[in-house]
Amino acid sequence: MKMKIPASPSVAHQPLALVNGRLVDGQTFDCVRGGILILDGRILDLGPEVAPKNLPVHSRVIDCGGDFLSPGLIDMRAFVGEPGGEHRETIATATAAAAAGGVTTILARPDTNPPVDEPAVVDFLLRRARDTGRVRLIPCAAMTQGLRGEEIAEIGLLKQAGALAFSDGAHSIANSRVLRRVLSYARDFDALIIHYAEDRDLAAEGVMNEGEFATRLGLAGIPREAEAITLDRDIRLVNLTGARYHAALVTTTLSLDIIKRAKDAGLPVTAGTSINHLTLNETDIGDYRTFLKLAPPLRREDERRALVEALASGLIDIIVSDHNPQDVETKRLPFAEAENGAIGLETMLAAGLRLVASGEVSLQRLIGAMTLRPAEILGLPQGRLRVGAPADIIRFDAEAAYVVDPSKLRSRSKNTPFDEATMEGRVKLTLVEGRVVFEEE
Amino acid sequence: MSYHDRELTFPHRHLLGIEGLSPQDIDVLLDLAEQAIEVSRQVEKKLSTLRGRTLINLFFEASTRTQSSFELAGKRLGADVMNMSVASSSVKKGETLLDTAMTLNAMRPDIIVVRHAQAGAVHLLARKVDCSVVNAGDGAHEHPTQALLDALTIRRNRGRIAGLIVAICGDILHSRVARSNILLLTALGARVRVIGPSTLLPAGIARMGVEVFTDMKQGLQDADIVMMLRLQRERMQGGFIPSPKEFFRFFGLDEEKLNYARPDALVLHPGPMNRGVEIDSAVADGGQSRIREQVEMGVAVRIAVLGALAAHLPNG
Repeated sequence: MKMKIPASPSVAHQPLALVNGRLVDGQTFDCVRGGILILDGRILDLGPEVAPKNLPVHSRVIDCGGDFLSPGLIDMRAFVGEPGGEHRETIATATAAAAAGGVTTILARPDTNPPVDEPAVVDFLLRRARDTGRVRLIPCAAMTQGLRGEEIAEIGLLKQAGALAFSDGAHSIANSRVLRRVLSYARDFDALIIHYAEDRDLAAEGVMNEGEFATRLGLAGIPREAEAITLDRDIRLVNLTGARYHAALVTTTLSLDIIKRAKDAGLPVTAGTSINHLTLNETDIGDYRTFLKLAPPLRREDERRALVEALASGLIDIIVSDHNPQDVETKRLPFAEAENGAIGLETMLAAGLRLVASGEVSLQRLIGAMTLRPAEILGLPQGRLRVGAPADIIRFDAEAAYVVDPSKLRSRSKNTPFDEATMEGRVKLTLVEGRVVFEEE
Repeated sequence: MSYHDRELTFPHRHLLGIEGLSPQDIDVLLDLAEQAIEVSRQVEKKLSTLRGRTLINLFFEASTRTQSSFELAGKRLGADVMNMSVASSSVKKGETLLDTAMTLNAMRPDIIVVRHAQAGAVHLLARKVDCSVVNAGDGAHEHPTQALLDALTIRRNRGRIAGLIVAICGDILHSRVARSNILLLTALGARVRVIGPSTLLPAGIARMGVEVFTDMKQGLQDADIVMMLRLQRERMQGGFIPSPKEFFRFFGLDEEKLNYARPDALVLHPGPMNRGVEIDSAVADGGQSRIREQVEMGVAVRIAVLGALAAHLPNG
């Protein structure tokens, strides 16, 4: 083994060896038996060679008992509550949930109160994350001032302050002229624009996917076209401006066609979908379960299957938790009056593993969509198992079964759509830059 | 006397919708209602089925006929009836539906009859209270007692429901009456059609087992029953239809359009009617109309429903 070990290792420089694991990442390793050696927050060595018989003498050794070792997950869409929504979530609780769920980097949504539309708020978030967070938190800043969809936000200054992407969160920009200018301006700064595509006039008072099921429940529907029309316009504006564009949440086959055409044309377009849309469908709403009221709404089963296929083929680049904590008061209401959103940081890996267990997606592709691809889109060095990469690593048992108990979830809000559901896949250890931030009791 | 002459049992604690009822359950309620008609036609109308029981009419949406129908039904069964309507309640002051439910629950009612503007609101409430709950209309979802009274009216006039062609006309999109009727009538073997402009037809309605028409002449062909729906005033202008005038011309039931149906077709309307919008006065008051009879059947059906639920009350 080729390793440079300090002559007299102190505790701070003690190597950490995760041995007897199965390595999986989005690129190099597909269930390769071996281990990972970590020093000073980085991966020093990895692979079959990292085994108990040839470790540096002072190493702290963790025997993983055959569990998977993968990069920590990178979640590009989560609401962390701060500033202004601390009754729903705080950075402390969100990152505790993330650590327990194997998420080591969160791109925090900008539609807070006040919104992340000036550098001081970016700075606030970074300081709060440093002081109270367990995992990495990266601010996503607003793309228009006050999220109003009218004037361009200070993209240059926000980027300098540390914002890695720009989005209006749950707001979709209706005005094409404004979006065109945002995209043009963003391109000068090589800034990534993340847009949630929804034609609000078409969605109108809709509260779930339009179709037979909404009709039976007597609820107003949102047609798939509300997403596709806006996404189609967006892609035309990307073609016009050349900006880097990420479709925040695609949930219909109409959108998949649009993304495919954009990618085939070589446009700088990527797409994400939520773990909810990959693993649930509209019938899960059942008897008006408001925890499954989401934006965009859960779709039909054939749409869900198409999304999973698009994930498997790589047409959908990434999976997000779309973590959206809502307190009881905004969910214990008649369905149409309840807020949108579900928490997801702590369950996204286990929910994703359902797709692996059912044979719909390979483990390597699932992990890639939660690690390498978001890292590539955001330009981050983590998200891969590679010598020299930051040691953001998780250990998980893909078969460990348990029932989701909302009261035990770490998020401040308990609005999980997997309430009482049986899950397989438990995170046992989470490292951020080589530090243990979560370890199963 | 008791109208519980026969062994008619209803296995549910609540009546939240027609969905979830078996054809047998529906028949039981219709048979009980048949007996209850006699109760209302006697000089002495009072029974003791609900004596000592408390019935709360909780109406978040204004309603004259449904509320008074439930009130009379409750009183004829001997219950103490309390009417609570939104205008005079604390709901307007920001109290949530569930707070209201818990407050009323603490008053230990035996049955709560609820109407609410939101689909699913009655289900939500039913999960949080200890008593029986009757859905008197929730948003565009269900209005089960209306469908039952419509079925009772049809059955008494035609002797059956199976095999009849029933055309439901007008604003299907926003109508809980249409949904409950579709579920009930198809469960009992009727052929159900819906007729309306496409802007007032909900997506996927054909999957509920109905035939869909956008033309009254075609849709009413050979119909045994013509069921008109109320067009809400706020939906008349611009949004869904161009004008009440145009709607009446193409979808309003006048004598000419009624002639497309069978000569002995019956006309129903859940009320209150917009004369000259969805129905012409000559038809509403004509010989084929059974609209006033529906009102009488409404009381009977509600006596039947409240009586059937009484069997599930504690010490019932």
